[in-house]
Amino acid sequence: MNPLAILRKDCERPIVDIDDFSLLDERDHLHYLDSAATTQKPRAVLQAMQSYYEQHNANPHRGAYELSAQSTEAYERSRQRIARFLGVADVDTLIFTRGTTESLNVLATAWRHANVKAGDRIVVTRMEHHANFIPWQQLALAVGAEFVIAELAPGGVLDLDHLAQCCTPNTKVVAFGQVSNALGTINPVSDIVRIARTTGALVVCDGAQGVPHFDAAVDALGVDAYVFSGHKMLGPMGIGGLVVRREILEAMPPYQFGGDMIALVGDDRSTWNVLPHKFEAGTPNVAGAVGLAAAAQYLDVIGMPRVRAHEAALLAYASARLTEVSGVTVLGPPPEQRSGVVSFVLDEVHPHDIAQVLDSAGVCVRSGHHCAQPLMRALKVTATTRASFYVYNDADDVDALIVALLTTRDRMGLA
Amino acid sequence: MSAELEELYQSIILDHNRRPQNFRVMEDASGHADGLNPLCGDQVTVWIKLDGDRVADVSFQGQGCAISKASASLMTQAVKGKTLTETQVIFDRFHAMVTGQGAEGITGGMKALSGVSKFPLRVKCASLGWHAMKAALDNAAP
Ligand SMILES: Cc1ncc(COP(=O)(O)O)c(C=O)c1O
Repeated sequence: MNPLAILRKDCERPIVDIDDFSLLDERDHLHYLDSAATTQKPRAVLQAMQSYYEQHNANPHRGAYELSAQSTEAYERSRQRIARFLGVADVDTLIFTRGTTESLNVLATAWRHANVKAGDRIVVTRMEHHANFIPWQQLALAVGAEFVIAELAPGGVLDLDHLAQCCTPNTKVVAFGQVSNALGTINPVSDIVRIARTTGALVVCDGAQGVPHFDAAVDALGVDAYVFSGHKMLGPMGIGGLVVRREILEAMPPYQFGGDMIALVGDDRSTWNVLPHKFEAGTPNVAGAVGLAAAAQYLDVIGMPRVRAHEAALLAYASARLTEVSGVTVLGPPPEQRSGVVSFVLDEVHPHDIAQVLDSAGVCVRSGHHCAQPLMRALKVTATTRASFYVYNDADDVDALIVALLTTRDRMGLA
Repeated sequence: MSAELEELYQSIILDHNRRPQNFRVMEDASGHADGLNPLCGDQVTVWIKLDGDRVADVSFQGQGCAISKASASLMTQAVKGKTLTETQVIFDRFHAMVTGQGAEGITGGMKALSGVSKFPLRVKCASLGWHAMKAALDNAAP
């Protein structure tokens, strides 16, 4: 077999049963290559949510009756299941939120009140998603702290030497992504943590693009806070989480006030509930948690090493085939250092036009700045086209992408 | 490829994308304005020079997709030399056309933009330069 045929064989079939994904199953000609934005949902997730509502729905933590207890049980069991998936031993330090964005805003708000003063420093990286950039930038502006960006080295990887220079003793927060959503770059978390630990900073890892793609092993990362979104790992939209070391959570002021998060409410002061409830004000998204637990279960059955291997195989095949399309430049480090993401430009064709022509061939890709404008500026592009792979993709999807890109060249009048 | 896509990327559009007309900075403009499409990060600046109530000159620069660039280029051709009242009429006709309310009164190269109406997500792209032109007129010191 020729080398390309071997690469193709390695990703010939999805590693899931496509029947599990109605949306994909019912659309033969759809090539969904935008899982970095959000993944499709397997039936197991939808069914878990439906049966929660059909069989156990009541407000958790509140009623003395059996049904409410069942709802509480479903919610807390989901928390345990997801903590296990994440590699988090102290289950109560997993706080449910709407997702990565909300988790980061919780942290930045708590830190504004307590721990960052004028003259302090906050460090982020050049490749952050806006969700892990703006909350810190705004915090710095609000308190008069210095906001510093660790730059990239050539090849779209983090410049660790520059990061080390940025991490001065007055640094109070170091926030970085585990994997870049725009380029797919997998960051060397242990190196980053080692550098960040030379300061007393809160070390925050945005795991939105990590958890879905490999074993997150959150406890082993040695960070103070880890955030993620359920909808990028086969779970429903509107649920995600924030994992923070217990001592920090205990000392952190609540983010929102209301029901569930209190111990005693006096006329002129109140006390807070224990973890995790202190940070979960109001009626929680129980069905979301149940759905996310089902997603964790689904991924565990596949096995995260297999997920990673499948994405790597798709990426290798796609990288090889992209060389057939003249004018394509892939951004970021070599495929081995990326998750299942390929971000590229095609001569002077604007990514929006590429995505439009691809769409007419049923190929769904993302075009734009990927909520990473600071990164786009550094790369000197206004936008890129990004294809991202997941468990339900296969070599056919890559083939469709390549054919559609060749059509794009034609259509846009490139010889 | 679908007929609708053929219609969207007609050769006139591709030509204007590759060789946009009036694509330059204007030093002695009466007014200028920026347009921004946060969705794709496209940006455009439009300059206008007025001579009484006439658009004596109009130009633009910026980065954008083929649709936004071609549409801005066609806009400059369409309104150059026109009175303010005529410019408003052309703007309204353009707007009606791309939002699918008919291409009545549309003349010349602008007809090539009619395909946009089949792609509601692209109306923003096509309108970027036009809205900036209107804003530039509003800013213009006569
Ligand atoms: C790296 C990264 N951080 C943060 C986010 C924001 O996640 P969400 O929109 O689910 O809050 C995303 C997803 O768009 C992401 O890819």
